[in-house]
Amino acid sequence: MSASAIGTQRITMAKAINLGLRRALERDEKVMLMGQDIGALGGVFRVTDGLQKDFGEERVVDSPLAESGIIGTAIGLALAGYRPVCEIQFDGFIFPGYDQITTQLAKMHYRSRGRLNLPVVIRVPFGGGIGAVEHHSESPEALFAHTPGLRVVSPANPADAFTMIQQAIASPDPVLFFEPKARYWDKADIDVRAAGQALDLGGDTVGLHTARVVTPGTDITVAAYGPTVSTALAAAGVAGQEGTSVEVIDLRSISPIDFDTLIASVRRTGRLVVVHEAPVFFGAGAEIAARVTEHCFYSLQAPVLRVGGFHVPYPVANIEEEYLPNLDRVLHAIDSAMAH
Amino acid sequence: MQSSSVPSLVKEPGVIQPDLDGVTTPVGSFDDDLIQLLTPQGERVHHETYSARVEDLDLHALQGLYRDMALVRRFDNEATALQRQGELGLWPQCLGQEAAQIGSGRALATQDYVFTSYREHGVAWTRGLDLRKILHSFRGQDHGGWDSAAHNFHLYTLVIGSHALHATGYAMGIQRDGDVGTGDPGRDRAVVSYFGDGATSQGDVSEALVFASVTAAPVVFFCQNNQWAISEPTARQSRVPLVQRGGGFGIPSVRVDGNDVLACYAVTQEALERARSGGGPTFIEAVTYRMGAHTTSDDPTRYRSRAEEDYWRQRDPIARLRTLLVAEGTGEDFFEGIEAESETYAEDVRAYCRALSSPDPITMFDHVYAEDHPLVSAERAWFAEYEAGFTGEEAHR
Ligand SMILES: Cc1ncc(C[n+]2csc(CCOP(=O)(O)OP(=O)(O)O)c2C)c(N)n1
Ligand SMILES: [Mg+2]
Repeated sequence: MSASAIGTQRITMAKAINLGLRRALERDEKVMLMGQDIGALGGVFRVTDGLQKDFGEERVVDSPLAESGIIGTAIGLALAGYRPVCEIQFDGFIFPGYDQITTQLAKMHYRSRGRLNLPVVIRVPFGGGIGAVEHHSESPEALFAHTPGLRVVSPANPADAFTMIQQAIASPDPVLFFEPKARYWDKADIDVRAAGQALDLGGDTVGLHTARVVTPGTDITVAAYGPTVSTALAAAGVAGQEGTSVEVIDLRSISPIDFDTLIASVRRTGRLVVVHEAPVFFGAGAEIAARVTEHCFYSLQAPVLRVGGFHVPYPVANIEEEYLPNLDRVLHAIDSAMAH
Repeated sequence: MQSSSVPSLVKEPGVIQPDLDGVTTPVGSFDDDLIQLLTPQGERVHHETYSARVEDLDLHALQGLYRDMALVRRFDNEATALQRQGELGLWPQCLGQEAAQIGSGRALATQDYVFTSYREHGVAWTRGLDLRKILHSFRGQDHGGWDSAAHNFHLYTLVIGSHALHATGYAMGIQRDGDVGTGDPGRDRAVVSYFGDGATSQGDVSEALVFASVTAAPVVFFCQNNQWAISEPTARQSRVPLVQRGGGFGIPSVRVDGNDVLACYAVTQEALERARSGGGPTFIEAVTYRMGAHTTSDDPTRYRSRAEEDYWRQRDPIARLRTLLVAEGTGEDFFEGIEAESETYAEDVRAYCRALSSPDPITMFDHVYAEDHPLVSAERAWFAEYEAGFTGEEAHR
């Protein structure tokens, strides 16, 4: 079944990424997928379900169990003209490949004075809230955003997932594609054909790094990405009933960050709360707070607040709800900001 | 070597032959190089080198090995059931790998040290660990909270292959302490690192082999080739039997029938003796089978055949020992006794697991550092105050 032949349908984020990958495989024979258990099994989250069957073992490759090997050989394949899309099985297992990502993948274009491009995508199911064991719930995106040469994005809904995965694959730069695994089974209506046409018209990567105002509001801005966008929206709903008008921004991209959209919003609302699952210490929210303060100092009516993980290793599943930036913690931050 | 009526899966010894009558995985499983002392039919086989090592295992000792394997299997099955009932988040079964784990584990001395991945419940048993404690981490209550030093049994490692280096480093420490080659059986020590077929692809495992080899560290690499790394057959990791990994590093290597508890005991004992006496590392490939799913989250029907599972069911490690025990004079009452003991044990495991209560959320701030860290302290204080704010007030969640 060709991805582009499907009209509007109600699909999960996992399926949306699957369709995006399928469309990319259809349209560019240089695109290939590699990773652990992505073939017959379809990946542990079934994101690549059916792709090996339809595109063959040469293009959808069950890799040996070695992340450094997966990313290192993806670099070589990219140098040979391919567009590898690597799946890392879980966030916590990207680290054996961290060396290849930071010392090689991120720097090759720079070192070659622009002669070499590495259009490699690394897909990483990330984040917590699924009751998993150790190393299966982490949010390491800041480490990659901190690395010049990498682009870092994270979709929050099925439609974005469908579009953004294809834009990431089209990008001439390496892209870390963080998939909020707790949201894999969230459904939305997508007109896949229209979304595909929009991609063709809009240009391959245009909009990949653009933030979106999901809900407009006037009193306070809440910025989130990936798994926390739905939490931010829920908080906006509750706060709205209590009389606070919240503007929710889905950042969609962590490197680069669409500061134009963010700053314009904060200049209007005068307050900002940033929500992510990663520890706030040296996290994306810290960078956002600093820059927004530089640009919006005279508009701010409260300090920029961050809601996120504590400075502890991701805790055991029984208490992860208390660790995660849940609805109450976001509301608490909104209240604190409004109290100024 | 194989004296059974079950057909050999290997046409060309030493070279992987996948895709045989729908049995895709038993790559070079049974060939002349495979050390076996007990056939799948429960008959003893003589081996020039290794038979001597099991001679002193009398009927009582063999019954002990049987009891180990039967109780571990019962524990494992109970844990699987507890996961199905929602009492555990996940369970990685050791079903089918009991001989590899008990045979090797029973060759260990008290002072030896063990590093495993996450499926080695049988090894844990031989170290005297209360297996119920393993349930904690799969229930989401701790990250492996047993006292590893008390059992010389390190915490489970979930990041594939990492601990092969830890084992090697620990062995290097033993070497520096002079606890190798003294000839004092109460002093000389060794380390065993357990990992899977998939793990052999990780750089960390190759690096561990390098370090162990050049330092002649007293470490045994015990690779349980259970034919699968989740959905990937061993053929995705290697074109030759994994035992050949050791040779290139200059490490003596043996390939053993991992479903034969006697052979596993014998080869591990030999490797441990070599390590403790200063002879350096050994690589053991134990050819076994993951009879269950990868974990309770897995669906093996997507990637392997019933025929293959049947093939391996005929090689069940417990069944063959039972046959031997009967042949050597064990009466039905022994097995009934084990059965009854298993049931009592399972009930106890069940009750224990259900009675476990969640940790207090504030404990997430414990033990991040050994010494005070102001940020953690400040966050802990903030969290305590924040949580206190909810008393009497309904949380939104
Ligand atoms: C570094 C790393 N990458 C990926 C995973 C995900 N994962 C968990 S178990 C497993 C397969 C392991 O296979 P093997 O080494 O053969 O051990 P087995 O599970 O068969 O005992 C994978 C890929 C992981 N735990 N760690
Ligand atoms: Mg395996």
